[in-house]
Amino acid sequence: MNSFRLFFVGGLTSYRALFYWLSPTIYIPSLIVAPIFQILLFAYIGRSAGLQSDVFYVTGNAIQYAAIPCLFAMSQTVSGERYQNTLHAILVSPANRFPLFVGRALPVMGNAAFVSAFSFAAGCVILGVSLPAGSIPGLAVVILVAAFSCTGLGLTNAAVSLRVRENAVLSNVIFGFLLIFTGANVPISELPTWMQDVSHVLPLTHAIQAARDLAAGEPFSDVTGLLATELGIGIAYLAGGLALLRVFEWQGRKHATLEQL
Amino acid sequence: MSQAFRLFWTGWVFNVKNLTMSGFFILNATISPIFFATIAHYMFASGARPGSGLVYASLGAGMMGIWSSVLFGSGGLIQWQRWQGTLEYVIGVPPRLIVVVLPMTVATASIGLYSIASTLLWGRIIFGLPLDFVHPAWFVVALVGSIVSLGLLGLVLSSTFVLLRNANSLSNLLEYPVWLVTGLLISLSLLPGWTRPISWVLAPTWGIRGIRYAALGGDPVFPIVMCAALGLIYLAIGHYTLGYFEVRARKSATLALR
Repeated sequence: MNSFRLFFVGGLTSYRALFYWLSPTIYIPSLIVAPIFQILLFAYIGRSAGLQSDVFYVTGNAIQYAAIPCLFAMSQTVSGERYQNTLHAILVSPANRFPLFVGRALPVMGNAAFVSAFSFAAGCVILGVSLPAGSIPGLAVVILVAAFSCTGLGLTNAAVSLRVRENAVLSNVIFGFLLIFTGANVPISELPTWMQDVSHVLPLTHAIQAARDLAAGEPFSDVTGLLATELGIGIAYLAGGLALLRVFEWQGRKHATLEQL
Repeated sequence: MSQAFRLFWTGWVFNVKNLTMSGFFILNATISPIFFATIAHYMFASGARPGSGLVYASLGAGMMGIWSSVLFGSGGLIQWQRWQGTLEYVIGVPPRLIVVVLPMTVATASIGLYSIASTLLWGRIIFGLPLDFVHPAWFVVALVGSIVSLGLLGLVLSSTFVLLRNANSLSNLLEYPVWLVTGLLISLSLLPGWTRPISWVLAPTWGIRGIRYAALGGDPVFPIVMCAALGLIYLAIGHYTLGYFEVRARKSATLALR
């Protein structure tokens, strides 16, 4: 019961405390307008290069942009606590770390799914992309799964934030890697073999492919394999993130470096 | 005049060194453009219309880095001085405010040189990009002209963003649209006609055109002249808005307020 309360109530409370500054004047330009322009930029580069149709870039970039809230918000769950001098109070508590950190991830995931869905819809409207009506419920599921798997990567990023000072730069770098390696803008088959191998173990790659398949009119049953793989990747990153948090927390206690910037 | 020039030079050198010591600025200025150059390279290489390929993509991505440096560096400049507690000194010293702020904004644009250098080096080392430019001397002139004009645009940003409470989110908002509308990685003819006047009043449009003409062939003189003309207009606007900010902050005694 205590863990449930920590997961839901604690997660929501800490999210509200850590993101008190996220007012509409910050949220709208950064998470509503920016992804739409990312879609437009790559759609126009695609037109310029004569590579793919607009739907390719709408699906790729709308889902890939979930990485921004996932990576930055999850790293904020550690760096924000450190900045407010509350990290030691969190880590000294006897609370179970799983509901403590995964509870914080739940609102992040919800926000990422919203950002992704909104930019998807806006991209379709602006570029005149029409999707089969039957694909929309499936796309909603894809977006949720993508948000979950990327939040797993975000938790790993949060753990690394216990050690890395420039976590905003790190989040930007991971975002850039995902932009290239997930096939958001370049078909995976056009990338060198080693990049294709890397792309298969990253979050979002399989979700983007699933979204493209659904947008092309394939039934949901045909993409369940891709979604299962995406889910598995998300679980692996989530588990890895929790393990890293444990290791870095232990190291931080041992070397008295929790608050060190 | 010579005193103002000396102050500009000293301020520029100091701020370039200062920004070079910032891991945040340097990593963002070097790594992010490489990501965009790589994506653009693969997109043009795989597409049906490859165009000038990697040189085109590398130069455009480098200019994207310069714009990002100006946008975040100059847009948040006065706010950062305020956070660091140095704004009072910047305003209180005997020289005019514009002579103190201008080297800072040109320095943020100069940091963008790391972006151009990193995308060209990356292209050379990883993709075998040929660096034999058609007009190497004009390339240097176009690059310097672009940086100065973007630095002057930074002067306008620094003095107007400070009046807004959430300047950082405005910076986030303006990054992609300016990359798009100035044609850094696309042909402007693909964009709707109503975007054309917006492109014309933004220095990156002419800067990248001059740099590309110098590197790939074409007449870079007109774009360089346009950079210079726009730079003078930005200087006039920045002079006015900076003066407005200074008077307003002094009158209402809100200089150090966050």
